[in-house]
Amino acid sequence: MEYLIGIQGQDFVIVAADNVAAHSIVKMKQDQDKMFKLSDKILLLCVGEAGDTVQFAEYIQKNIQLYKMRNGYELSPTAAANFTRKNLADYLRSRTPYHVNLLLAGFDETDGPGLYYMDHLSALAKAPFAAHGHGAYLTLSILDRYYRPDLTRDEAMDLLKKCIEELNYRFILNLPSFSVRLIDKDGIHDLEKLIPVGAK
Amino acid sequence: MALQDVSGFQDTPMSHRWNTPVSLSGPMGDTTPLLDMADERILGWGRFKSSERDGEVPLRFFIPTPQSSVPFRCDNRHTSLSSLSTSSSPPTRRPFPLCHGTTTLAFVFQGGVIAAADTRASCSGHVACPSAQKILPIHSHLLVTTSGSGADCMLWERILAREIRLYQLRHGRRLSITGSAKLLSHMLHPFKGTDVCVAATLCGWDRCGPKLFYVCSDGTRLQGELFSVGSGSPYAYGVLDGEVRWSLNEQEAISLAREAVYRATHRDAYSGNCVDLFHITAQGYCRRDREDLREEYHRERERERVLKRGKEKSEEDKK
Repeated sequence: MEYLIGIQGQDFVIVAADNVAAHSIVKMKQDQDKMFKLSDKILLLCVGEAGDTVQFAEYIQKNIQLYKMRNGYELSPTAAANFTRKNLADYLRSRTPYHVNLLLAGFDETDGPGLYYMDHLSALAKAPFAAHGHGAYLTLSILDRYYRPDLTRDEAMDLLKKCIEELNYRFILNLPSFSVRLIDKDGIHDLEKLIPVGAK
Repeated sequence: MALQDVSGFQDTPMSHRWNTPVSLSGPMGDTTPLLDMADERILGWGRFKSSERDGEVPLRFFIPTPQSSVPFRCDNRHTSLSSLSTSSSPPTRRPFPLCHGTTTLAFVFQGGVIAAADTRASCSGHVACPSAQKILPIHSHLLVTTSGSGADCMLWERILAREIRLYQLRHGRRLSITGSAKLLSHMLHPFKGTDVCVAATLCGWDRCGPKLFYVCSDGTRLQGELFSVGSGSPYAYGVLDGEVRWSLNEQEAISLAREAVYRATHRDAYSGNCVDLFHITAQGYCRRDREDLREEYHRERERERVLKRGKEKSEEDKK
């Protein structure tokens, strides 16, 4: 029902998430932001079970900030992804597992851009592009077909728009708007919301 | 009990026992000493004897096994992954997971926040109480509309009121509505996956103006400008989504809220009887008299009769 997507370029990562917070058949909120800022250059996108998403994401967010306060420097995206995975895995076999699917996107000074895919069983994979949700079934093939490692920002945005138009056309649920953000060496930039209109 | 908290009267030997799993530990660190103190008084133990209970959980909460729980349960979190589920009978699932037999709604407009709810408390298909109160004031500028299990809502509303009052005594200022919502959400989190069922909207006015939050025991916490909760909520949304605007005046807003609850009670079997309306402004909340929706029904029938008579008369005049 929810949808996350991330595309890594040469020196940037572009990520998008839908904005609907639903409860059974009702859309409770239509402008929910599912991205959590872990640091100046790391974003965590989180979907899954109702309370677990915010609870887990805020827990990771506060711990990353605590690391910065204690040590004076920020965790790299790789370290943050592995920290998140470890926490998710530790809770997995407890009585209160967190049922969340995550995308972690970041920019490192030395390693460049990075996109990490994590699912609710705490499997972690670094990927050039990734998606979560039922919409992923419809859009991964589009990403497979048109993705190139040397995409420019505009080309990546066009690819993202192509995926969202496909969702608008084929996906049974209506996802009226998507927040989009871009991470590069200058930090996190908010791009304009994507609002697919009309039928083809 | 609040005074003991404020004066910092702590039972220090017990404060180290916080290495307990999340689901068994209490919601707030502050409540631990109080409950243990009460235990001692009842059992006649001295303070030092109970400190020997090393490694035990400070708060004992009964987490029901699936057999003893109510048949209707929407989440299967417990059964698939929990080690507590030893029963062989799976819980019956509703065909449609909108439980909470009630209709409550709240929305923000230029004149403040309107909160409305019906007054029917239903229990396994019959009306347990036709005059329940589902909107509970916490303080002069905060209301909670409750839905879900009546007992849980009553308890958690009192716990929230206590914690907000303690915050005010300790810090000298009132907790914001955002903070109150976060507090309630974090207090309910350890009980996720159990049968605690609370779906509340916090309506209030603080330094940042009118605020409305939806907090649910499954962990959801959303800020918004219009929420309706309960089995009658889809019907209420149908009326509200078309008509709610920021620029409504007070009279229009109140009559809209009343109509939304009326339409929901008309269609939903688990909502009915009367409607409670509250209006919150910067000066605080004010409560309107409880109105019987039967009157609204008769008024509508009368309006239809008048219209019909008018139409028949105009047809006669034409002939």
